[in-house]
Parts: sequence; C-alpha cells; structure tokens
Amino acid sequence: MTLGTPTPEKTAVPNRHASSGLASILRLREVPVTLALILLVTVTYLANPLFLSQQGTKDLLLNATIVIILAVGQAMVIITRNVDLSIGSILGIVAFSTGTLFVAVPGIPIVLVFLAGMALGALLGTINGLLVTVAKVPSLVITLGTLYVYRGLNNAWAGGTQYFAGDRPSSFGALSVDTLAGFPLITLIAIVVVIIVAVFMASTRPGRDLYAIGSDPEAAKLFGIPVTRRVLLAFFSNGILAGLAGVLYASRFNSVGATTGTGLEFDIIAAAVVGGVAIFGGSGTVVGAAIGALLLTTITSALTAVRVDKFWQQAIVGLLILAAIIIDRVARIRTAKKLRLSEARDV
Amino acid sequence: MSNPPTELLPTATNRSGARTAVLPQAGGRIGLARILLSRDTVMIYALVVFVIFAALFIPRFASPVSTGFLLLDVIPALLIALPMTLVIITGEIDLSVASIAGLTSALMGVLWSAGLDIGPVLIISLLAGVLAGAFNGLLVAVLGLPSLAVTIGTLALFRGLALVVIGDNAVANFPPELTSFFTSKIGGTGIPTVMIGVAVVAVFFGVLLHFTPFGRGLFALGYSKEAATFVGIKVMRAKFWLYVASGSVSALAGIYWTLRYSSARSDNASGLELTVIAAVLLGGVSIFGGKGSIPGAIAGVLLIGTINFTLRLNRISDVVLIIVTGTLLIASVVAPSIIEGISKWRHTRRHRRQLPQASALGETRATASGVQERK
Amino acid sequence: MTMEFIRPTTTRRTRRLFALAAVAASVALVASGCASGDSAGTGSGGEGDLSITFIPKQLNNPYTDVVLGGGKDGATAAGFTGIEVVGPLEASASSQVSFINAETQAGTSVIVIAANDPDAVGPALEEARAAGAKIVAFDSDTNPKYRDVFISQVVAKDVALIQVKLIAEQIGGSGEIAILSATANATNQNEWIKFIEEELASNPDYADITLVAKVYGDDDDTKSFQEAQGLMQAYPDLKGIISPTTVGIAATARYLSTSNYKGQVALTGLGLPNEMRPFVKDGTVTAFALWDPAQLGYVAAFAGKALADGTITGAEGDKFTAGDLGEREIGADGLVIVGPPTTFTADNIDNYDF
Repeated sequence: MTLGTPTPEKTAVPNRHASSGLASILRLREVPVTLALILLVTVTYLANPLFLSQQGTKDLLLNATIVIILAVGQAMVIITRNVDLSIGSILGIVAFSTGTLFVAVPGIPIVLVFLAGMALGALLGTINGLLVTVAKVPSLVITLGTLYVYRGLNNAWAGGTQYFAGDRPSSFGALSVDTLAGFPLITLIAIVVVIIVAVFMASTRPGRDLYAIGSDPEAAKLFGIPVTRRVLLAFFSNGILAGLAGVLYASRFNSVGATTGTGLEFDIIAAAVVGGVAIFGGSGTVVGAAIGALLLTTITSALTAVRVDKFWQQAIVGLLILAAIIIDRVARIRTAKKLRLSEARDV
Repeated sequence: MSNPPTELLPTATNRSGARTAVLPQAGGRIGLARILLSRDTVMIYALVVFVIFAALFIPRFASPVSTGFLLLDVIPALLIALPMTLVIITGEIDLSVASIAGLTSALMGVLWSAGLDIGPVLIISLLAGVLAGAFNGLLVAVLGLPSLAVTIGTLALFRGLALVVIGDNAVANFPPELTSFFTSKIGGTGIPTVMIGVAVVAVFFGVLLHFTPFGRGLFALGYSKEAATFVGIKVMRAKFWLYVASGSVSALAGIYWTLRYSSARSDNASGLELTVIAAVLLGGVSIFGGKGSIPGAIAGVLLIGTINFTLRLNRISDVVLIIVTGTLLIASVVAPSIIEGISKWRHTRRHRRQLPQASALGETRATASGVQERK
Repeated sequence: MTMEFIRPTTTRRTRRLFALAAVAASVALVASGCASGDSAGTGSGGEGDLSITFIPKQLNNPYTDVVLGGGKDGATAAGFTGIEVVGPLEASASSQVSFINAETQAGTSVIVIAANDPDAVGPALEEARAAGAKIVAFDSDTNPKYRDVFISQVVAKDVALIQVKLIAEQIGGSGEIAILSATANATNQNEWIKFIEEELASNPDYADITLVAKVYGDDDDTKSFQEAQGLMQAYPDLKGIISPTTVGIAATARYLSTSNYKGQVALTGLGLPNEMRPFVKDGTVTAFALWDPAQLGYVAAFAGKALADGTITGAEGDKFTAGDLGEREIGADGLVIVGPPTTFTADNIDNYDF
C-alpha cells in the first residue's frame, strides 16, 4: 500500500476522465440530495401553494438556519473520522448563557453577546478535541461523556430558571424576524458560514488535510500532516458554530433553560449523512451537509403542509436517512469501479 | 531505512518474553495482572466497592425493598446491554434498540386493545423485534452499510412506526395477574421474579461470548474483518444474527417495560440507547471492537444503576447523576490512556538512558521508535 | 481502524476468575438485599414527624415552580417537618415511578403528585399506600383508585368555558379554531379539551365555530413553536388558537408575534402573566386566563396534612381547612376545587408577578 495516497473508495474526487463537465457535475454526491429537495418542494407546493408563500418560505429558511450551522460544524468533525455527540448540550449552555447575559448586563451590545456565546462554544468544543487528541480516545465515547457532563452543568447552572423572549431586547429577537432582500437575516448568516467553511475545506491546506486525516489517519501522519492540530481545529470550529447556533436559538425561540437543545445530536448527524458526508470520514462536503439539513427540516414542514398524519413524519425521516445512506454507498461503489477501470486503462 | 541494531529498537523487546511485563501498550500485561487489572474487572471491583459502601453508609439501601426497586429499574438496560456488548465487540453499533423496544410496546398496546389474547400479543410483539433486528442486519451485515448511520436511520424509523401504530394513545389495562407477576419478588429476598429470566439471558450471552468458538470469532472479527474472513469466520452471517439477537432482546425489554409499568406508549424506553452504550463502554467494552466482556458490561450497567438509585433515594437531583455518568465515562477511557502514555514515556526515557549510542544519535532514534510504537 | 496484532485467547483459568468476580458482585448485591440491617422504611419515623414530598410532572417548568412555591409555603404552614421536591427532568409516563419508589422507601407520610400518565404511576402509588403514605393528586389527576384526593385548580368545566368564551369573543363568533395542547396523555388538558368540544357542540352561540385540529407540543418550547407553524400552514383559514398550557401559549405567541399572522389570528389559553406580558403589550394576545398556581400547591399541602392527621379520609363531604384560604369541601370522587379562574388582559396584567 503506497503511503500518502488514499485508497480509491474513499475520495470524493469526481472522475477526471469524464467525457464531459456536465457528467462530472452530475456525479457529485450533493446532486441526489439537491434533487430530492427540489422534488419535495415542488410536489408540496403543487399540493398546497401556501407552502411557498412569503411567510411559509420565511419559516422554512428560519427553521433550517440553526440546523444548517450545526450540520456544517458536525460535517467538519465527521470528515476527520470523528463525531461530536455533545453539540446539543453545547447549544443548550450557550443559549442559556445568552439569556443570562442579557438579564445580568442590561444594555449589553448584541455583538458582544454573539462573541461571548461563540467563545463559550469554542471552549467546550476544544475540551472535546483535547480529550480526543491528547488522550487518544475514540470521539464517540468522549463526546457521549461530554454530552452528559455539559447537560448536567447546564441543569446545575439553570436549575428551574428559564429566560423568555421578553427578557431579551427586542432588537435581538428581531434578528430572527427581519429580512434582507427577502432572506431572513440569520439565514444569511448561515449561508455566509457555509460559504466560508466550504472554501476553507476545499481550497486551503488545513481544510484538505482534514479529508486526508479522515481517509487514512496513519497515512496522513506519516505524510507529515499535523494530525493533532488539525483535529483540534475541527472540534474547535464545531464548538464555535455550535455556540453561534446557541445564540441564534435564543434569538428565535421563546424560552431557554436547562433542557434546551436536548436530543439534537442524532438529527444533526442524520442531516450530515443525508447530505453525503460519509460516516467513516474522508469524503463529503459542508455544502452537502447544509443541503441535507435543509432537506430534513423541510420534510417535516412539508408533511404538515399536506396534512400527512403527523405520526408518519418521524418514520418518513428515518426512511429518508436510510435511502441517503444506500444511495451514498451505491454512488461510492460506482465511482470506485470507474476509477479502477480508468486507472487500468491508463496502464 | 537500514535496520538499526536490535538492542536499539524498543519494539523488538516486545517479542521476547522478558520485557513484556513492563510494556506500556494495552494488553501487554500477562498472567494474573492481566485478568485482575483489566478494565472489566476494575469495573467489577468498583461496583462491589460501591455496593458495600452504599450498604454501610446510605440509609435504607441495604434492604430487600431497595434491591427490588433497583433491579426492576435496571432490567431493561441490563437486557439490552447483553447483545449490545457482542455487537460492539464486532466493531459495529446498534442505536435503534430503544426504538425497537418502543415499537414492541406500541404493538402490544394496539393488539391488546384490539382484543387479542395476551399470548398471541406477546408472540407477535417479540416477532416484530426479531424482524426489526433482521432489517438492521440486512442493511449492516449483508449490504455492508455503516452501522452508526444505519442505526440512526432505523432509530427514527422504528420510533416513527411506534407512533404510527399507537399514535398518542396509551393502553393501560393489561391483565393484572401478568403485571403483578412482573413486579413480584422471590420470597423475602426482594429480588424480582423476572430476574430469573434475565439471568438466563445473561448466562446465554456470557457463555456464547466467552466459551464458544463463535464468541471467540467475534473478538477476531472486531480486530480485523479481513483476517477473520481468512480464518474462516462467516462474518456476514455472524453480524446478521447478532443484529437479530439485538432486536429480539430489545423486544423483550419492551415487553418487560410495558408489563412492569402496565402502560403501552409510543415513547416508552425513549433515550435508553445512550444509557446502555454509556454503561457498556464504562464496563470495559472497547468502541473499536475486539475487547470486552459480559461480566464487565453487566458491572457497568449495575454501577450506573446503583449510583442512580442511591442518588434518587437521597433525593439528590438527577443533575448530579448526569454529571457523574459523563465524568465516569470520560475518566474510565481517559485514565488508561494517560497511564499508558506516562508509562510509555517512562519506557522510552529508560531505554534512551540505557543505550550509550542513543545519547549521540539522540532524537532521531527516539522519534523512529516513537513512530513505530504508535503504529 | 488500527490494525492490532491478535492477542491470545483467554485461558480457562482466566475465564473462571471472571465468572467468580461476576458472582461476587451479584452476591454482594443479593447480600445487601437480604441484610437485616436498616428497615425497609414502612410508616413514618417518630411521632409528629410528618414528611411531604411533591412530585410534579417535570422539573424546570415555570408554572410548576410557582405551584411548588405555594406548596412549600403551605407545607411549612401546615406543620410538616420534612418537605421535599423531586421529579424527572422530562415529562414522560414512567419516569415518575422510581421517584415514587424512593418515597415509599423513605416512609414519606404524604406524596403529592401531578401524573404524566394516569395509570402508569398506579402500581407504584399502591405500594406507597401499602407502606402507609397518603396520596394527594394535584394539577393532573391519576386514576381515582390510586389516590385519596385530587386538588383541582378550578372546576374543569369552568376552565374550558372561559377559554371558549375568550376565543369566541376574539374571533367574532365564527370561524375555524385549533387547540395546541401539552402531551397527548395529560389528564388535565384532555379533560379541558373534552369540555371545550362539548361546549362547542352544544352551545348555540358557538354554532359557527369549528374545531379543525388538535396538536400536541409536549410542553416543549421548540416543539410547540413548530406545531404552531404547522397549524398555520395546514389550515390557512385558521382564525383562533386555544392553548391550555403555559408553555404552549408562550411558544405560539412568540411564533405569531414574529410572523405575518400577528393580529390576524387570535390566541388565548392558559398562560403565566410574567411570560405573556410582552405579547399582551405588543398586541399578539388580547386576553388569556389562569388562576393563582401558588394556591394550588398551598391547598394540596393542607389536604395532605388533613389526610395524614386523619381529619379527612377523602370521602365526599369531608371538610378541611386550607390555612389562610379557608375551608374546602371534598366533592365527588375525591375532588377539591381551589378557586375560580382569572382573566388577564392588558389592563390588569401588570398587577401580577408570577
């Protein structure tokens, strides 16, 4: 096995010997997800035009915002062949701290609150990263532990206290309502985040190193990639984004307290997986994860809009996740076969 | 790179018997030290110590009533932990166990209120668990899809089906003879009667894992799927049947839950999967696969269950339990890693001191050996 | 996955040691069970030492906190020496059982419980009663056979009537309405919903009002928010929403006040004044109702004391004194009413602080 070259199955690189640029675009793993989303929206709109009314679209985008930001962060971690189960708890702590800040320091500038929330998230994410890299312990175990610990800290700090929308300045709450050119402000923030991270992952050295680490950690290490630093970076970024999501949560929803954010982790991982991020790491893009997040949040709204019995919603989401995994596997096998054939032809 | 003299390679000392005892890598101990100090037995000690401590210092703990309540609370997690151990040892995972239990519970409720006899209700519900497990097995073992992602999907799917089946309703009118049997105790000991059944299941899985070739094959599977295939282990079949077992036992847990609380609801056993996994990992099962034991897993479940129980007994908030569980889990995996790291550091330092050439060649050798040791 | 060399399999001797250790652990557990040390805690300890424990539907609920505040005050005034509050962090059916069991063991004199599911807590309550505890249900009833008395905040029918009256006023007497409730099995909400449906069907004043949907927010802020969204999408002609739960009405108000529907869709139900104040001030909500939750806890504590003393047995016609609130009489099926509901509007909302 040659060092430094990831095995063919694990790369997301489209076939460079493709007959046309269009064919290679179509082979991108994000395509099935985007197509599914477009199909879903179209069908639902035909059934209930209110689905895409101004309020309806705004709701769709707003609902997706927080999930998109979380999915982007989680994608970075999953790509390095790790996972972070504690994001729900991080979001909860940051959301509650936001509520506390507004009450404890009246008149605090909103920007400062954002920075504080993101800093707290970064701190918690870095703790995860340190435990994973320094202690060399599997991230599933560590983040399961920190899921409990952070949740417990949130409970201990908050107790029965809850802060409501009225405790926060209306300008802060208005962030989740105001729009710019039809797009809700916070959705624009999410889109900017996606673009920044996507460019980072695709074009910068550290970003591409994350893929290498996820494809084959030993090879990456022998190749000279500072694995520890990169993985720490992934967890740190995930933490910052979870912090950002926590602050936005406090802006959009009414109450923040001890149980905020419980149970989010599986939804976010599902969103990333549906968006083409392979759970074994090494492939997938944050754009795909964002689209996956959008798809999952849209599905619940869509099913409600066509008055599908709400009891079917969770089952349908489950089927969707399974379908995404199967499609992903089929696509990967076909890409691998094509690469194998093309390399054989070149010899 | 030319072969350095063998005395300089710390890894070479692995293979000679003399140095093994000080080798810092996991599994490097031999003999009695290996059994008595391995993760699982440490957990068993911790459990015994805690139980004795609780019996002596916590009022009202040492009584048949306590034992009864504790065991009744712990049984679903205990049951599910058994096949979960085997699944994790093979390097896979099953997150859908709680949803299968919930689905079973929902089915029981619907079938019972539709008028079926309790016998067919139980059988059909158990069958549903078997089928759910087989579905998981099909996707993971036969199609080879990643188990973490698949079981997140089936977690949602089966819980969703439970909602479809029973909706928002709750069924509570199960035959009183049956429900009181499930909470009955053996004589004056306080041990619930159903523990006999649970013990049977535990013995079954314990024997399967530790005393049969199939079980040994599972450990091999966890180390290396390719090597296991070459050795002749039928990987696909083994994993498939493990998932079927996981589904069936989850169904048993769901049946127990429904009849113990006399309540069939779609959200029964919600969130149980994380508790079971945390307990099993605490009990010494390695998430990478290839390492673990049934007694260790049982100890992990009982330890968390006992701590939970004593906290509740003293009306200490669940908050403390949550923090304790998380810290225990982190500490239990980080501590061995840190200890290993420290002894490895001491080992390298000792070798560097002992070898005269090393001081001249200095860092290069150390790095080379460091890389090789880290594998 | 890292490639590790295959370790030798365990020998027979090591396996036997494992088994021995496991047996030792189980023996320790059984031994603690058979130990004749501390008693199983039947009955209360010591003369005049009465203890009371409150088990709400879930902790971290603002409404519950107010109730419990009143309950603790009442318990102190009534003369309980041991006052505790325990409960699950999530409102699920079986989560209360282990707390009830702990109380049975502690020999608590009075257990005051708001049940998440009327039947799931039954067997545990019966064991508690067998150990000598008195059971008072409050806020959300259990199956009557499992408890001695039930303290209801208001006459259930009155709660329903006032909410229907408020919504009818606010939508102009006709149109589609929906209900956004808490959990699907909550006894109290379900009772009120039943009366609401009966009233809509029978009262000619409400003949033009149709109830098109009932959704459940599980007393979770995010979920209630999303259910409110779903309602507006699925029923575009919806004119009013009734939310008989403080979490639900607050979440719905938040959604409506940040959307195009503000002022278009009426919202009423049961809410906490402190939570609802901004929404009343900004016009999303015109009027809603509640009672003083603290009184609920207060009366429950005194009822518990009366039961523990033997002053009442829970039979119809029994009377007891609820401290400063005066005398209360037990109605049919062990029912005790606290008082009439209050309507909150922009005019009076600033007078209340809970």
